[in-house]
Amino acid sequence: MSVFINKETRVLVQGITGKTALFHTQQMLEYGTNIVAGTSPGKGGSEVEGVPVFNTVQEAVAATNATASVIYVPAKFAADAILEAVDAELELVICITEHIPVLDMVKVKRYMEGKKTRLVGPNCPGVITPEECKIGIMPGYIHKKGHVGVVSRSGTLTYEAVHQLTQEGIGQSTAVGIGGDPVNGTDFIDTLKAFNEDDDTYAVIMIGEIGGTAEEEAARWIKDNMKKPVVGFIGGRTAPPGKRMGHAGAIISGGKGTADEKISVLNECGIKVAETPAVMGATLIEVLKEQSLYEKCKTH
Amino acid sequence: MWELNIHEYQGKEILAKNGVSVPKGNVAFTVEEAVEGAKQLGGDVWVVKAQIHAGGRGKAGGVKVAKSLEEVKSYSESILGSTLVTHQTGPEGKEVKRLLIEEGCRIKKEYYIGLVLDRATSRIVMMASEEGGTEIEEIAEHQPEKIFKEVVDPIVGLTAFQARRLAFSINIPAKQINKAVSFMTGLYQVFVEKDCSIAEINPLVLTEEGDIMALDAKLNFDSNALYRHPDIVAYRDLEEEDPKELEASKYDLSYIALNGNIGCMVNGAGLAMATMDIVKHYGGEPANFLDVGGGATPEKVTEAFKIILSDPNVKGIFVNIFGGIMKCDVIATGIVEAAKQVSLNVPLVVRLEGTNVELGKQILQESSIDIIAAESMADGAEKIVAAVQEGK
Repeated sequence: MSVFINKETRVLVQGITGKTALFHTQQMLEYGTNIVAGTSPGKGGSEVEGVPVFNTVQEAVAATNATASVIYVPAKFAADAILEAVDAELELVICITEHIPVLDMVKVKRYMEGKKTRLVGPNCPGVITPEECKIGIMPGYIHKKGHVGVVSRSGTLTYEAVHQLTQEGIGQSTAVGIGGDPVNGTDFIDTLKAFNEDDDTYAVIMIGEIGGTAEEEAARWIKDNMKKPVVGFIGGRTAPPGKRMGHAGAIISGGKGTADEKISVLNECGIKVAETPAVMGATLIEVLKEQSLYEKCKTH
Repeated sequence: MWELNIHEYQGKEILAKNGVSVPKGNVAFTVEEAVEGAKQLGGDVWVVKAQIHAGGRGKAGGVKVAKSLEEVKSYSESILGSTLVTHQTGPEGKEVKRLLIEEGCRIKKEYYIGLVLDRATSRIVMMASEEGGTEIEEIAEHQPEKIFKEVVDPIVGLTAFQARRLAFSINIPAKQINKAVSFMTGLYQVFVEKDCSIAEINPLVLTEEGDIMALDAKLNFDSNALYRHPDIVAYRDLEEEDPKELEASKYDLSYIALNGNIGCMVNGAGLAMATMDIVKHYGGEPANFLDVGGGATPEKVTEAFKIILSDPNVKGIFVNIFGGIMKCDVIATGIVEAAKQVSLNVPLVVRLEGTNVELGKQILQESSIDIIAAESMADGAEKIVAAVQEGK
C-alpha cells in the first residue's frame, strides 16, 4: 500500500512534447512509471518515447483509461490544463508548473468543488511511491521503498529529507510535494489523513515553511487524529519579514506566519521539530526508536 | 519580484478609469509642474503628496496640506528631492522624485477597505473597518471585532448584498450606502480584472459633501499575471526597486539581499531558506536568499554568481544544490563559466546532490577552480562558516 499513487496508476502527461515534459517523461519511464498517454494539442496521432499522443485529455482517457495526469505546461496554460483534467474526471492531477497567477488558481479551486479529482500542486515536485510509480520531477534514485511518509511544501527540501532517510536505511511509503503556492490542491491535512489510513505508513515527516497557517492547522489535526508519529521541520527561521522567499506562499506578513510561531505550535501539539534541515532524518529516527518502530521501519 | 508595486497616483488613475471614486489630482516631477497641476485643479486647498513605494509617508513629512499656490510651491520644493524615512523604507529611506498634487477635501469620517487573498478559503476576501487611517494589522491586534469580512465566490464576484452588509457593519450613513456599495464592487472588479495581489484603500473617506472616495490607494499586482497586463507593466518604476533584486529578476532568479557575509546559491525556495537557516545555525550570517530555480542554464548560474559577488560584504559562497528538475551538470558548468568571468577571491564551498550528480562533480573536478567540496548540507555549512572565519 501507499498513498495517492502505486504501480496500478495509469499516467497521462499533459503537454508531453514540451522540453521539460519530455525530459521528465523519459525519467519517469526509466523509473518504471506506467505512462499510458500524452497530450499535445495539434500533435494527436503521434508518439513520444513510445507513448501515444492525443489532442485532448478526454480522448486520451477514453483510449487508454488513464487515471492520473501530470502537468508540465507553461504557467499561462496550466490552469486550463488542470480544468481539462478535472473535466475528464481523472482521479488525480499533479501540477508541476510554477508561476500560475493566483486568481487563476482561485477559479480552479472553485471549479473543483464537488468534483472527484484530487489536485496536487501546483508549483510542486510531484508524488512518488518508491519502486512503483514516480510522477513529477524528483530524482528517483534517492528513494527506497519503505514505511515513512513524507509531505512537504518544498521540492528540494523533500529530496533532502528522503535522501537522509535512505542513507539511514529508512525507506519511504510515499513522498508528496504539496507545493509552495498560497492556493493549492491537496494540503497537509489531506495528505496526513491518507497516511493515517495507509497500513504501510508507520510514521510521517512533515516539512513546512514560513507563511500562512497550514502547518499550525495540520499540527492541531495531528494532535486530535493522528495514530502515527509525526516529526516536523519548518524552513525560514532566518527569513526577514515582508519578503516573499521564492515561493509565492512563503512570506511573513503583519508579523504572522513566522517559523518560530509554527515551531511552537508544533511542539505544543506534541510534534518533535528538527533543529536544522540536516537532521530531519535523525530526528525521525529518534522518535521511531522511542516508539519502538525503528526495527519495523529499517528497510535496508 | 513577486508583486509589482505602483505609485499612489497610478493606482488612483486605474481606479478612476474603472469608475471608482478618487479625488482629482495631477502628478508632478518638478516644482513648476506641481504649481501648474494645482492651478489646473482649481479650488483653494491642495494636498502635496510624496510618491514613493512605501507607506507611512504622512508621519515622515511627505504629505502636506497647502492653502495657497505659494504653499504648493514651497512644500513641493521641500519634499521633491528629499529622502523620506518611514517604517517601510528601511533606515536609508527613499528619495522623492514624484509628487501627487490633489484637490483638498473636507473629511467627515475615515474608513478602511482592503482586498486580499484568504489562504484558508482560497478566495478573495474584502475587509472593512471604521477605524480608517490606522494600519489593518494594528486594528487586527487591538480591536479585531472592528474588522468585518466578506469572502467572495469567484463565480459571482463581490455581490451587492455583501458590500451592503459591510457598509452597514462599518456604520456608513444610510444615505451613502449605495455610493459605498458601488465603490466596493468597483474596487473588486479592478482587483480581479487587473490581477491585484492586494488592494488597500486606507483611508476611504466620507466627505462633508456626502461623497465616498479613496483618499489613499495601495495596489500591488501578482507578477505571475503581468504577461496579460501590459498597461500595468508600463507603470513599473524601476528606480523604486532594489538594483540587485532587479538585476536578478532579469534572469528569472529569485534574490533577496540580507545583511550577512556568506553568499548562498541554492536551487529551490525551500532549500534556499533552509540553507540560510543552517548557515546561521553554525554561527554564520547569510548575505542573501538566492533560488536559481528549476529552469536554470549555465548563463543564469553565472549571473547569479555575479550578483552575489557584487555585494561587497560577501566573504564566502556556499552553493547547495539538490538537483531534481535542475541538473547538477548545468550548475557545475555555470560555476566553471562564472569562475572564468569573475575573479573569485573568496572561499567557495559546493555541495551537489541529485539529478546528474556524478557528471556535475566530474565537471568541477576537471576544472582548475579552487573548490571546497561538501558531502552534505551540514558539512557544507560548517565548512563555509569555518572558511570565512579563517579569512578574517
